Amino acid sequence: MSHAATHDQHDDHHGAPKNFFQRWCMSTNHKDIGTLYLIFALTMFFIGGSFAMVIRAELFKPGLQLVQPYFFNEMTTMHALVMIFGAIMPAFVGLGNWMIPLMVGAPDMALPRMNNLSFWILPFAFTLLLSTLFMPGGGPAGGWTMYPPLSLQSDSLAYVVFAIHLMGISSIMGAINIIATILNMRAPGMDLLKMPVFVWSWLITAFLLIAVMPVLAGAVTMLLTDKYFGTNFFNPGGGGDPVLYQHIFWFFGHPEVYIMILPAFGIISEVIPTFARKPIFGYKAMVFAIASIAFLSFIVWAHHMFAVGLPLGADIFFMYATMLIAVPTGVKVFNWVATMWGGSMTFETPMLFAVAFVILFTIGGFSGLMLALVPADFQYQDTYFVVAHFHYVLVTGALFAIISATYYWLPKWSGRMYSEFWGKVHFWNSVVWVNVLFFPQHFLGLAGMPRRIPDYNVAFANFNMISSIGGFLFGASQLIFLGVLIHGVFFSKKKATDRVWEGAKGLEWTVPSPAPHHTFEVPPVIHDEELAHGNVNA
Amino acid sequence: MKSPGCYLGAKVIKRSPRGLIMSQQHDAYFVPVASYWPFVAAVVMFTTMFGAAHWLNAAPGETGFGKTVWLVGMVGVLAMFFGWFRSVIRESLAGSYNHQVDTSFRMGMMWFIFSEVMFFGAFFGALFYIRMFSVPWLGGEGHGVLTHQFLWNDYAASWGANGGNGPQHLGGAFRTVPAWGLPLLNTLILLSSSVTVTIAHHALRAGHRGKILLFLGLTVLLGALFVNFQAHEYIEAYHELNLTLHSGVYGSTFFLLTGFHGLHVTLGTIMLAVIWFRVLKGHFSKEHHFGFEAVAWYWHFVDVVWLGLFLFVYIL
Amino acid sequence: MTSGGIRRSFAAWAGLAFALFGGAVQAAPHPWQLNMERGASTWSQVPYHLNNISLGVCVVIGVLVFGAMFIAMFRFRKSRGAVAETWSHNTKLEIVWTTIPVLILIVLAYLATGGLTSWADTTGSQMTVKVTGYQWKWRYDYISYHGKPIEKVGFMSKLDKLSNETRQLDSGMNPYAVKVGNQNTYLLNVDKPLVVPINTKIRFLITGGDVIHSWWVPALGWKLDAIPGIINAAWTNIKTPGTYRGQCAELCGQDHGFMPIVVVAKSKADFAKWLAEQEAKSARPAAATAAATPAAAAAKTLQLAAVPSKAKQG
Ligand code: HEA
Ligand code: HEA
Ligand code: CUA
Ligand SMILES: [Cu+2]
Repeated sequence: MSHAATHDQHDDHHGAPKNFFQRWCMSTNHKDIGTLYLIFALTMFFIGGSFAMVIRAELFKPGLQLVQPYFFNEMTTMHALVMIFGAIMPAFVGLGNWMIPLMVGAPDMALPRMNNLSFWILPFAFTLLLSTLFMPGGGPAGGWTMYPPLSLQSDSLAYVVFAIHLMGISSIMGAINIIATILNMRAPGMDLLKMPVFVWSWLITAFLLIAVMPVLAGAVTMLLTDKYFGTNFFNPGGGGDPVLYQHIFWFFGHPEVYIMILPAFGIISEVIPTFARKPIFGYKAMVFAIASIAFLSFIVWAHHMFAVGLPLGADIFFMYATMLIAVPTGVKVFNWVATMWGGSMTFETPMLFAVAFVILFTIGGFSGLMLALVPADFQYQDTYFVVAHFHYVLVTGALFAIISATYYWLPKWSGRMYSEFWGKVHFWNSVVWVNVLFFPQHFLGLAGMPRRIPDYNVAFANFNMISSIGGFLFGASQLIFLGVLIHGVFFSKKKATDRVWEGAKGLEWTVPSPAPHHTFEVPPVIHDEELAHGNVNA
Repeated sequence: MKSPGCYLGAKVIKRSPRGLIMSQQHDAYFVPVASYWPFVAAVVMFTTMFGAAHWLNAAPGETGFGKTVWLVGMVGVLAMFFGWFRSVIRESLAGSYNHQVDTSFRMGMMWFIFSEVMFFGAFFGALFYIRMFSVPWLGGEGHGVLTHQFLWNDYAASWGANGGNGPQHLGGAFRTVPAWGLPLLNTLILLSSSVTVTIAHHALRAGHRGKILLFLGLTVLLGALFVNFQAHEYIEAYHELNLTLHSGVYGSTFFLLTGFHGLHVTLGTIMLAVIWFRVLKGHFSKEHHFGFEAVAWYWHFVDVVWLGLFLFVYIL
Repeated sequence: MTSGGIRRSFAAWAGLAFALFGGAVQAAPHPWQLNMERGASTWSQVPYHLNNISLGVCVVIGVLVFGAMFIAMFRFRKSRGAVAETWSHNTKLEIVWTTIPVLILIVLAYLATGGLTSWADTTGSQMTVKVTGYQWKWRYDYISYHGKPIEKVGFMSKLDKLSNETRQLDSGMNPYAVKVGNQNTYLLNVDKPLVVPINTKIRFLITGGDVIHSWWVPALGWKLDAIPGIINAAWTNIKTPGTYRGQCAELCGQDHGFMPIVVVAKSKADFAKWLAEQEAKSARPAAATAAATPAAAAAKTLQLAAVPSKAKQG
């Protein structure tokens, strides 16, 4: 196959610009922008994680020791906003930016300058958001869901709303770019049904983003006008309804949680076949399952509102629709297991994280299913059982997938092998402590501990202490991750080969490691056996 | 070539159009050179938003420095749009944009419009919920029996002037804008503008410059007329009908839906005007006029939203 | 690595053990509690059983799926000389593992729907209490009992003094020292509990005074949001006398964690006595703050009790 680094008449453009500002602030290069996204996401993960450490420290034992209740609520709110919009989503966009053009044989993203804008909005948006913590009135403290009328009591509402508008603009533009890239920039011969599952998952995720981010923008705009311009959307006295906000928010919010998991499904569907040395089982079913999950995600939103007093019929409809999601998700889980079956497996760090993902995400999915049963949810709602549920799907789901992807593709990005030993140390620490951190929260929730409280009855003391210890150690384990990354990017002596992993297939492994600044300037000729999924639907 | 301000040094990459094999005809793919505009855009957007938030939070009676910051940001945004689009237009005129880039632009515009549809969807959704559920429930229908009985016993729910401002009659008694006056006129205006912009498009494809300018110009005028009438409508609503933003949910939905729509018409009109000047300067060819088409799509979108508004906000 | 699966099944066994031997009604959470409590009302079994059944189902599926996965990881490793197969799909298998979950879900949905329908039916209640959430206390207004409207029995209920002093930042006080009898009641005790009779279908009308709160007593089996400007209704029928503790369950500002709920269920005779005392007290002026519940409204409520107050909508 034609090597990507073949020269054309514009040799002078092959290298990256030397000038720092030109290279990083004016970039039109999908790899540089991807790198920016990833670094930003990692930074935000640490910031959001430190907020979580404040939460866990205050909850270490009963009685208030460290912070005032209002500040505690600010921490909870900011922790979630930073993790969701600052860490997980940008990390996926970063991975998409880096890998999608490489995976479909495109020279870059379809709209490179807009790509740069999508990124650069983010640091500013988070400056706006985080700055509220230092303002006299304090930051937002109404939870990441920002339910009125409580959120209308906050002085920082305007800043938060505008920050969310900015994040929304960024996400929408990012998503448009990804769709245009996938639909318009594929190399000849890269049929839709030969695309890597990761690319498929991003295509569908991008659609979800464009569909729901504007709805969130609308919801927070109504908050803004209710607070500052005297409208009454959420005030029954004027004919409105606080519950209306929840409907609009969750119409965004539920697809949002799948926005955070579908690309993860994509990643796992790349990693497992590579290390099982066997093609993904049921490629078409996998793609179809992602599409079904995305479709269903639009009609389940009110499962977050079972306790607001919906009409009976609505409760029943949303319960059934929610339960249905277990079916396509189950298909994915079963297909991953079937991919491993009959393979020839090795367990490098990316694979370890992928295996942990399959188990722990499924556990999170199970608790999700339990939450979907309305009468049971009357008990679970707003307790630590919910907190346990969503950290299993978000931390051991989305975050583990991102970590797995980072180990998987890092050699391609940096041209060096990370330390497998320290990678494994990172893995085992993470997987043990994350369970110590979040598993006891199921018990706390079942025993009746509400979420979003800074202090609790002494009956909850034991498991909270265990959870906090798990939390500190899980947090500390991420310092190992940081170490492995820095070593693997700058210091490692071990050069990565082009293919990096023995069983790796797909276009991204045909370019040199590190991937040159420009790739596929001449479209690659596609040979189906080169692709991870070239022959699967034959 | 190296200067960031120079956009003519676009990078041209050889590319075969999809479906052809390598030996067949080569198309060139265009990766734009680095540009500072995106970064500038992020800075000015931040400035605007920060200023606006600060302004909103200022103590009553004062504006603090928020307003100033906001103004600076807005000027920056305008300058940014001007600069960024200028460079894009130059590149386009230099012929750097091939078929594939054109398709990317088209997809970009289509999905952008889809996101706008969803934005309006949030407000329409709110309107439907309020009309179908929250107001009837407060009035004691169905699910709201107890709410009505215990909290809003004397509220007789209805939409519009009698009850559209909720059980507390917020904002005081008001009257609604009758659908068959100005709104009807505005409907006719927008519908005709849709026709004129389509005629202009056909003229563009046929290469009749005079006709384009005439009909595109008419479209711009119709757009301006619409905005003008809407302004009148607002003034009348405030001064004669006592229909304000504070008129309960009726006022909330009325002004936010028509307001956001009006904003979009205003932007669309400005975009049409820009296109008119570009036609005047001869920027478009029979085959190559994506800028024109994008604005036309946008205009049709704004038109369709209006039909929804006319039906659900004014008539029903 | 099985930690997840094993712990889950551990939880299930613990739950089962609890179900079999834990007979006594738990009025408050206890240390190392692993599973949901059985509850003390006629309906509270529903979430409890649904919880256990769905947990059991998940554990079984988990054991099968993770089991298969571990077998695969053991048998098909390269270090054991496994050679990768090349097959990559099997339509029959896909159909099987789509259908089986659907069947399981149908069973769960059937059970849940039944429980939900009975929960939503507030008809035939013999007593009505209005609950209003405020930042950060609850207000209880007794509206009617056995067909008779009750006038002016209503009061605020907030965190007890000892808990409140202990919970201040750096109070230096010991949360473990906050006790009623030998029960630790830190943050779970109030100055004035809600008193209700047992074996009575009690309807709660729940609303909010400022922001959204949520009224939750685990032993009753449900929580329901207290939304300003909206009335939500739910019912309970408590079987055993006792003291049942709960907390506000919707973030409502800085002291959200400090607005507990205590329900004291008495025998009907004791309750009648208590009610008479309260009514006598309120006959003296200024005893109750504005209850805002005209007798007329209460009377209407009684007529209403005959029709389903939760209209079915879909
Ligand atoms: C990545 C994010 C993510 C994902 C993937 C999910 C997945 C699911 N979630 Fe979760 N959820 C959240 C993030 C996520 N959730 C968050 C953040 C919240 C809280 C928000 C807040 O209030 O702050 C929340 C809250 C939440 C609630 C509201 C709880 C409450 O507040 O009372 C509910 C209720 O139904 C729910 C249900 C589900 C279900 C049914 C799934 C399903 O998709 C799970 C499907 C998966 C499986 C079931 C496992 C695999 C399947 C098989 C092996 C097949 C066989 C299985 C069976 C037949 C059982 N979630
Ligand atoms: C994508 C999402 C994401 C991620 C990754 C996490 C990660 C973590 N979350 Fe959180 N969380 C949410 C999303 C997420 N969370 C959401 C949506 C809510 C709901 C908010 C609401 O109610 O509104 C929530 C709420 C929430 C709560 C409940 C708060 C409450 O109800 O009051 C808790 C409590 O334990 C918690 C803990 C943690 C912990 C310990 C981690 C850990 O995984 C974090 C680990 C990372 C680090 C610690 C950072 C890296 C390391 C360092 C900075 C080194 C220094 C540290 C040490 C040496 C200890 N989270
Ligand atoms: Cu009241 Cu939380
Ligand atoms: Cu959800």
